[in-house]
Amino acid sequence: MALTLVVNGRAHALDLPPEMPLLWVLRDALGLTGTKYGCGVAACGACTVHIGGQAVRSCQVALGDVAAEVTTIEGLGGASSLHPLQEAWIAHQVAQCGYCQSGQIMQAADLLARSPAPTDDEIDAAMDGNLCRCGTYPRIRAAIHAAAAKV
Amino acid sequence: MSRAGRIARRSFLVGSVAIAGGAAFGAWFIGREAPNPLRPGAGEAALGPFVLVTREGVTLITPRAEMGQGTQTTLAALIAEELDLAWQEVRIDHGPAARAYYNAALLAEGLPGKGYDRSDAMHALGEWLGQAGKVFDLQVTGGSTAMRDAYVKYRLAGAAAREALKAAAARRLGVDAATLSTEAGRVIAPDGTAIPYGELAEAAAAERLRAPDLRPASEWRLLGRALPRLDMPAKSTGRAVFSLDVRPEGLKFAAIRANPMRAGIVSFDPAPALALPGVERVVDLGDAVAVVASNTWFALQGAEALAVEWEGAPYPPDTGSILARIEAAFESDPNSTLRDDGDAAALPAGATEVAADYAVPYLAHAAMEPLNATALLQGDRLTIWTGTQGPMFAKKVGAAETGLAPENVDVVTTLMGGAFGRRGEVDFPRYAARLAAAMPGTPVQLVWSRSEDMRQDFYRPAALARMRGAVADGRAVLLDAQVATQSAAQQGMKRWTGLAMGGPDKGAVDALFNAPYRIANHRVRGYLADLAVPVGFWRSVGASHNAFFQECFMDELAAAAGRDPLDFRLAHMEDEFPVGAAVLRAVRELSGWDAPKAPGTGRGVAFCYSFGTSVAMVVEVREAGGRIRLDRVAIACDAGPALDPGIIEAQMVGGAIYGLSAALDEAITFAGGAAEQENFPDYDALRMSGTPAFAVRILSAQPHVGGVGEPGTPPAAPALANALFDLSGQRARRLPLRPDFPTLA
Ligand code: FES
Ligand code: FES
Repeated sequence: MALTLVVNGRAHALDLPPEMPLLWVLRDALGLTGTKYGCGVAACGACTVHIGGQAVRSCQVALGDVAAEVTTIEGLGGASSLHPLQEAWIAHQVAQCGYCQSGQIMQAADLLARSPAPTDDEIDAAMDGNLCRCGTYPRIRAAIHAAAAKV
Repeated sequence: MSRAGRIARRSFLVGSVAIAGGAAFGAWFIGREAPNPLRPGAGEAALGPFVLVTREGVTLITPRAEMGQGTQTTLAALIAEELDLAWQEVRIDHGPAARAYYNAALLAEGLPGKGYDRSDAMHALGEWLGQAGKVFDLQVTGGSTAMRDAYVKYRLAGAAAREALKAAAARRLGVDAATLSTEAGRVIAPDGTAIPYGELAEAAAAERLRAPDLRPASEWRLLGRALPRLDMPAKSTGRAVFSLDVRPEGLKFAAIRANPMRAGIVSFDPAPALALPGVERVVDLGDAVAVVASNTWFALQGAEALAVEWEGAPYPPDTGSILARIEAAFESDPNSTLRDDGDAAALPAGATEVAADYAVPYLAHAAMEPLNATALLQGDRLTIWTGTQGPMFAKKVGAAETGLAPENVDVVTTLMGGAFGRRGEVDFPRYAARLAAAMPGTPVQLVWSRSEDMRQDFYRPAALARMRGAVADGRAVLLDAQVATQSAAQQGMKRWTGLAMGGPDKGAVDALFNAPYRIANHRVRGYLADLAVPVGFWRSVGASHNAFFQECFMDELAAAAGRDPLDFRLAHMEDEFPVGAAVLRAVRELSGWDAPKAPGTGRGVAFCYSFGTSVAMVVEVREAGGRIRLDRVAIACDAGPALDPGIIEAQMVGGAIYGLSAALDEAITFAGGAAEQENFPDYDALRMSGTPAFAVRILSAQPHVGGVGEPGTPPAAPALANALFDLSGQRARRLPLRPDFPTLA
């Protein structure tokens, strides 16, 4: 039985079991590899995407439970423009290995949508689920503040 | 072999050109037996192995593992600095696995001596010895050596290519090459005519490569600045292709299951896996099993469902009995006594003796991207796509697994989601090649679940230290250090080359025997436990534990001497290693060490010279509301010429966070022969809220280039431990810290 999934504005008919985590639908069925696998147990945030505009861990959401449009890092900016967070990420040279950064940016985008000028405490609270083994947290914080000033 | 390759090879032998030009190490810089692996097409030119000129422009080959440390950006800047490319037009490619990309600095690390006291002659000898790296196919990213290897070599490569392009332009214009200049990827004639390099590619390929003088640092336009990293836009938009993101046509997805007791398989039943949806095959990999499916999730489910009977562990089953074996090594003959000044056996008359024991645990690398590799056996060619720190090693295991000649194995090195030493191992390309050999014609991506990644690691070995010292008149008069651990180098060498490595393991005592303090009676002995617990190279290797022992004990000596810990270190370093002393003074100023402390705060300092770089760190902790928080960290470093201060800053901070994370919480423990930790909930790291504020100061007094990827890690744990003592009066002598300091936030 085919399920319909809308990702980054495009509808896909998928013949996959409804219990398959969204993460693996995106990566292996749709080829959207910007969303990352880090832990599979909601402990790292590398797989963060938006469902209906809200940040979720795609390793924990079953395909059959996706009830709204999905946005991944590939769909965050406009077709030819970057999201202000992505611009800030580049300006602040945030990424090291970069593997966690799709999830960090998606999580930060959710934060800025809810709280356009977040305090450091709000940033801590929103971002604590997103692990970065390279230790880019100070630059992530600076980039979020910079993007907030521009939004 | 292309004409360009031939030419490049012969004329770089005239590396005497480089010597005449004042760059002392030209003769071997691209040597006789390392052919140019680039295969330029029609109208293209490979001007040496690092510069490929096509009609569209120039691609620079940056053949080191980009695992986050920014190495490819700075390698490109070294070439582009001399080649006169506009930064926004620089394109890079990791390039193939090839002997030409050997790392000449890796072997120099093994030279006798403490490193910081190396004379210019010893540096020259080290660079000469580095040639052997070619023979061993050491295309390796590790030991924080990329810049030490590249500093002269890559600039010469850029300069040689530039001169070839100018010579080609001179011929075309009928003018003397000396009248031409270069700018932003073009050769400029005196009348203003500008010829893009791409148009000169074919003609330049026929030119003889020579290496002229290198430009002085005062003329640098790219080096010495914080450049925009070349990988930053792709990593900020999800477009960066990591190892797990390669998608060759027709790809199958597979998950591995291997013995958590690190031994073989007695038997397994594939039926429970095959019964699951999406699972297509189960492949016996000898001492592991792969489940192949149409989606990684199916494969992961299948791997978990397999019923396997494992062989038992080849080492004691639990942490207590493993540590007892390490402790017992103290009773054997030392593997090394790399420092033995004065008489460390006696207690100097009138001195006060101090003694303390320390312990640190096994650690996992836990890079963000779980291990994986993709392989395809197609006819008589094997292709391996993976993020490896040693592509030539991957090539060899690929050949061994398939029976193909190494030249029939292509290794495509991708970006890496962290590595920290783990991706220098050869297990992941080996199993991927073995799996591909079982399914010829089908590309297959083999992934380690997080649990497999953590349980199949080659851990940072646990280590124990017995420190004994004495103070008199405010100075240390005795330091007698003993460390017992497992040898990462011996195990690693065996895995890479199949050869047993004997002799003293310098890495096991790194940052102890070469701690740059002048102490009259100073002995350092290393003891190795013969244990089969799999161990390997973890960011900063031996320095990761020895700096903790050395610098915590230095604090204990300072306290016994009644001296300020920073003053005490300076007093013993000023004459021994002025570069390091300047770094200590810089961190004193940057941290506000001499300013009064707010109530409830503690400050700790630590210093470590490792991988050719001095790093001093001050950690400040604050107790409030019953919790101890990491408040501020100040870091001063000297890695010689600061090639990219933005990247150096990021590596110092990232290295410190890696070290602080381990110090706070991380430990791999064993029960029933298996690691007890499987995922981030039981092996966590610093998060945003626990991360302190950082300040970094970069000094450049040292004339030689040092590493930056690792040296930020070693001082982090001892600086934090010393801060906790300053706050609480309680010594922190074992890691992780949280069990002894449960209120750490
Ligand atoms: S992979 Fe989903 S939170 Fe780690
Ligand atoms: S940048 Fe490497 S894990 Fe965050």
